[in-house]
Amino acid sequence: MRIVVCVKHVPDVQSDRRFEDGRLVRGEDDVLNELDENAVEAAVSLVEEHGGEVIALTMGPADAEDALMRALQMGADRGVLVSDDRLEGADALGTALVLSAAITRLHGESPVDLVLTGMASLDAMTSMMPSALACHLHLPFLGLAHELQVEGEGPWTVTISRSADGFDDRLRATTPALVSVTDQVNEPRYPAFAAMKAARSKPMDEWDLDELAEVLHVDDVEDAFTATRVVAADAKVREGAGTVVTDSGDAGKQLAAHLLEEVL
Amino acid sequence: MTTIDRPVLVLTDHTGDAVSGYTLTTPSAQLLTLARGLTSAEVIAVALNPAPDLDALGRQAVARVLVPDLGAHSPRVSAVVTDALAACVEQIRPGVVLCVANYRGREVAGRLGALLGSGAAVDVTSLEVSEEGLLASKSALAGSWTTCLRITRGTPVIALRPSVVTEEDAQAPTVPERVNMPVSFSREAEGVEVLSSAEQVSTGRVSLAEARTVVVGGRGTDGDFSPVEALADALDGAVGATRVCADEGWVPRSIQIGQTGVSVSPNLYVGLGVSGAIHHTVGMRSAAHVVAVCDDPDAPIFEICDFGVVGDLFEVVPQAIEALEQARGAR
Repeated sequence: MRIVVCVKHVPDVQSDRRFEDGRLVRGEDDVLNELDENAVEAAVSLVEEHGGEVIALTMGPADAEDALMRALQMGADRGVLVSDDRLEGADALGTALVLSAAITRLHGESPVDLVLTGMASLDAMTSMMPSALACHLHLPFLGLAHELQVEGEGPWTVTISRSADGFDDRLRATTPALVSVTDQVNEPRYPAFAAMKAARSKPMDEWDLDELAEVLHVDDVEDAFTATRVVAADAKVREGAGTVVTDSGDAGKQLAAHLLEEVL
Repeated sequence: MTTIDRPVLVLTDHTGDAVSGYTLTTPSAQLLTLARGLTSAEVIAVALNPAPDLDALGRQAVARVLVPDLGAHSPRVSAVVTDALAACVEQIRPGVVLCVANYRGREVAGRLGALLGSGAAVDVTSLEVSEEGLLASKSALAGSWTTCLRITRGTPVIALRPSVVTEEDAQAPTVPERVNMPVSFSREAEGVEVLSSAEQVSTGRVSLAEARTVVVGGRGTDGDFSPVEALADALDGAVGATRVCADEGWVPRSIQIGQTGVSVSPNLYVGLGVSGAIHHTVGMRSAAHVVAVCDDPDAPIFEICDFGVVGDLFEVVPQAIEALEQARGAR
């Protein structure tokens, strides 16, 4: 089973995340997007069970290679970085277009059975990329899996469970398919020293847009990848922060009084 | 305010079933209210059930209701909904497409944006028509920033967060015309099989994503949610929980708030035994008013709350409920 797992290198949620000139500041304290660890874990476990290969794919600046390295340490077999200055400022849908081209190229090398992603990236949190990617690849999309089962032997039957918008659903598709997973689907492994060492000798490709030209057809590169542009970004200060009282027997009454005066 | 001169197409959600009838959801009514202010042309709704709530749609001044023929396809599959919506877009050629920013709405926005080659934005909190195109505001980085996006290409697809607009009936209600819409489904829509789809058991309270008031229990409840539920009932709000409570099996996963749970934007957020770790504040920081009770004086939630109590929630909450009830009785 040949699996492509899409990952993203994002600013650590615990770091000083901020915008400058309308752009999210990257490259200071970036890590593999936490929700993508679950996708990598799912991919690696499936290949351990069914045999095959896991290719970790990302789009980003040169140092996004670090996210791929983490995926390789977790057991992915190969990394592919799509990096090009012309992609700066690409939004979620632009990213989906580029990743779809990279997957199409990989599929041309040898058929891809499954594409896995995390449910969202913790920088923009749009959750749009996976369904847009499935659209470009014409693959059935099973989103938000908190349980994932794969049965058969090429083509495989993929069954997921998910809870969304007040419904519990079980959905099924036949490979090739695209699945996004939540952080409840598994517990990502922590790579051992030997795995970290082995990762350094695994293949890592870097492609620019010219190398995707055969499979990516857009007239105007800048226009194609940035259909949304950030025109303003302002730090939000929570006002009224805060009266904090320590309970000495009447804090419940104070709380009620506060609610009655300020809110209700 | 500038408006667009093309119709606005609104994907509406309904609750209910064929037997008991279908009711327009509050977030969908909010979308329609917003839509009226965006356009000088018509507001056109899309309904994914055979018997849309025409009364409620009429009160929102909807001109036409498009009812795509889903055949045997399930509206729980985002590709099915997108194909249906795309057929409506082709027919109407709207200036903008709106949907609710629930999970399906985000999937549909991504897919429709890709299909149309259009710009899309989700979790939007306000929309404005400008000379240069549509401007969409949303919060970013766990609610610590506000960003404004300009949609530069195609037919903008916008998923609006519930509760950021107050639903209001139109001055002149309409009798919406119902129009059936044929749909040709893509291979991707055909490729997803729904084995089962069960509506989660209703708690009888207002739904979390729509609630004006949300009372959230955290680790500090030790699994006893009775004070959380009691305060939610006293405030006519919904009950939510942090991730650890769902992990521990204290509450169903469906009421988990945060990064991988429900995002809420209530008027009032009350955290009980919630310390306010970053993964949780992602889901609640856009609340207008934040109140917290937690026994840890160093809890991060005290840095962002409007009123906080360092104390035992099992003592503070019952006293607060009693005081609220007394005040109400005195009125």
